[in-house]
Amino acid sequence: MSDPILSHTFAEGVVLVGEPMEGVESAAFTVRVPAGTAYEPVDRGGLSSLTCELALRGAGPRDSRQFVTELDNLGVERDATVSDAHTSFSGATLARNLFPALAIYADVLRRPRLPADQLEAARSVTLQEVSSVEDDPAQKVMLELRHRHFPEPWGRPSQGRRASLEAIDLDQVRAHFQRRYQPSGTIIGIAGRFDWKALVDHVGRLCDGWKGQPHEEPPERASGRQSEHLAQDSNQTQIGIAYVSVPYRDPDYFQAWGSVGVLSGGMSSRLFTEVREKRGLCYSVYAVHQSLRDRGSVLCYAGTSSERAQETLDVTLKELSRLADGIEAEELDRLKARIKSALVMQQESSSARSAAIARDWYYLGRVRTLDEVSALVDALSRDSINAFLTRHPPGRFTIVTLGPQPLEVPVGVS
Amino acid sequence: MEFRESVLANGLEVVAECNPQAHSTALGFFVKTGARDEQPDLAGVSHFLEHMVFKGTARRTADDVNREFDEMGAHYNAFTSEEKTVYYAAVLPEYQDRALELLADIMRPALREQDFNTERQVILEEIQMYQDQPPFGADDRCKAAHFAGHPLGHSVLGTLESVGRLPVAAMREYFERRYSPANIALVAAGRVDFDALVLLAQQHCGDWRRLEAPRRVDPAPLHTGFECMRKEGVTQQYGLQIASGPSATDADRFAAKLLATVVGDDSGSRLFWSLVDPGLAEHASLGHYDYLGTGMYLTYLSCAPDQAASNLQRILDVYREVEARGVSEQELAQAKNKINSRVVLSSERPRGRLFNLGANWTNRREYRSIKDDLDAVDAVTVAQIAAVLAKYPLSQATTVTIGSAESVPAPT
Repeated sequence: MSDPILSHTFAEGVVLVGEPMEGVESAAFTVRVPAGTAYEPVDRGGLSSLTCELALRGAGPRDSRQFVTELDNLGVERDATVSDAHTSFSGATLARNLFPALAIYADVLRRPRLPADQLEAARSVTLQEVSSVEDDPAQKVMLELRHRHFPEPWGRPSQGRRASLEAIDLDQVRAHFQRRYQPSGTIIGIAGRFDWKALVDHVGRLCDGWKGQPHEEPPERASGRQSEHLAQDSNQTQIGIAYVSVPYRDPDYFQAWGSVGVLSGGMSSRLFTEVREKRGLCYSVYAVHQSLRDRGSVLCYAGTSSERAQETLDVTLKELSRLADGIEAEELDRLKARIKSALVMQQESSSARSAAIARDWYYLGRVRTLDEVSALVDALSRDSINAFLTRHPPGRFTIVTLGPQPLEVPVGVS
Repeated sequence: MEFRESVLANGLEVVAECNPQAHSTALGFFVKTGARDEQPDLAGVSHFLEHMVFKGTARRTADDVNREFDEMGAHYNAFTSEEKTVYYAAVLPEYQDRALELLADIMRPALREQDFNTERQVILEEIQMYQDQPPFGADDRCKAAHFAGHPLGHSVLGTLESVGRLPVAAMREYFERRYSPANIALVAAGRVDFDALVLLAQQHCGDWRRLEAPRRVDPAPLHTGFECMRKEGVTQQYGLQIASGPSATDADRFAAKLLATVVGDDSGSRLFWSLVDPGLAEHASLGHYDYLGTGMYLTYLSCAPDQAASNLQRILDVYREVEARGVSEQELAQAKNKINSRVVLSSERPRGRLFNLGANWTNRREYRSIKDDLDAVDAVTVAQIAAVLAKYPLSQATTVTIGSAESVPAPT
């Protein structure tokens, strides 16, 4: 039996979801605020990231230094990330420190100082993140792939771009904060050791009087799916391939996820076996299913020395296309074993569960318990996945490469 | 939690921390071998061998190995460092026996020549991948310069040349000597059936042949220096700095870890406030790493090329300041809070406990509970940190920078 999921919606729309866990000493939180890259003006890429950076430089009664010192003293292992739809603040600590940590983050969401005298330092931090991507070609190719594959305003790089970051002023940061750090659309996921009733009271007090405008989804604009070669003087050529699949909220999601698990995930998976083990073409090759609220896609990566890049692209595309011919029963058995053990081991991590329940709420408006997920996995069959693959064969690939030479895309593939 | 230990007739040690409440079981073979045990012409053999261990045995092909791990839904992998090669799997408790049998079997790999040649290509790809990711190259260079001639200065990956020309016979011979059962510990954590574990270890590992596997663990002599490596097309400038620190058997290592947290943790440390918070550097941190016979502090800096010189100067100023005045009680308390929280969080998964358990056992043949570690951290005083700083000054270091800058002047 997995742990129960509890939820509470406060006035003005903040949703609290909780999963009390047996046998852990910690508690973890994930707060998703609807302030992702999709809400940035088109010429202000990186606005969410800069706003987030500045929001963490002092909030409520604390200046920047007091803010960091208090969290450190509470032993909060923390992170802040910007995605397409959200800015997320997450942390984990000893259970007894959960409530004071949440109180500090309530100030970040409601009363950040956004100090003018730290704008340039914050901008410099975000610009350096852009620079560090330039030095990591494997990350860069996947970031450029997402940007070209998803229709605007989805798929934008969370770091923004150098030119737009340089142009952002403090008024724009404050306006973005005012409009986007809203109670409506904010989701708080908590997992670990805590008392639910006390938690609801505590979060209720922290949200008391938080007013805002109703949440709206951003409109889609362009069509996406643009292949491109990006020239770079490097030893290896990086290959990114994407194709359209179904989103997390789709009833067919588990079929799609299962089919990607056959491709990649475990060392007996098809991409690892065919590209790395049999041919020794590369060190790293993988495919992942990536979901937005209304769109899903599969993103694949392979990095290889340039003289073997064409063969790597050909073999990888062949494996993706071959998926449409169906999967074997043994492949599904291994997939199920892997998922089952991953689900059990999730119960050993409060951080993993707090992220998962906050994510579920955004996609589904509810949270699946681990038992429910387990039943959905049990229901997968070779026939059900193969029927899905007949309806949604991998194809119409978006291909982005990064390296000294462009590669040839086989006719009829893209 | 209960600690259990046993040893087979051929010298293979079996240790476990058994936690009946855990959801999973983590198992690992910790082999006491790595880059420090390689002759120069074998550079990279430990890491290459780690790959070859997954390529099949007398009765399994590489496909069988991968498939059987996946059939159990195991989370499994391996890594190689300067002095350890570790193979591990986390599984649901009902797979303990099967996982052990498979792990034990691959620890006697076939090392077939054809697999060796295919896998060599994968390693060469891995090295080329890192070559496109700065500061790769500067790390090996910095270690080699700091440890000048001492085996801890060896590269874990090796080079395109050393891996490119390594003969399979040399790997077989290295394997024979270094993977002697007396040089390996079988470690388990989580929900472990210890009696069954020892019985199966006897069955599957009892006939492994014992050979002597000696290792040099001399202390490393102190070297300092400054070097600038030029690499076209790199966006950021990177700096690596190594100073000597307490070893894995030195009780001062806890003070060293707290000092590194006060001075160079990712958040709230002196380097953070001096370089990262003002936006002068993307990253500036200090960490303590311990080995047998010696230890080191590693400083890592990444920043815009035109700020490298001033940032290195700031780092040196921070180090001199702490050497002169020590750390405050408040700083020490904050560092303890952070480390204690990290110890508890990383111990929640059996996988997390496995690495801690394996390191303590292979370094010192010592079992330490979570509470032992928490108590050791709590006991460190400001005076002990001052004593460690006097013995191992942070300011006496070997520095290597890499990036597009023509030259970076050394700080003064």
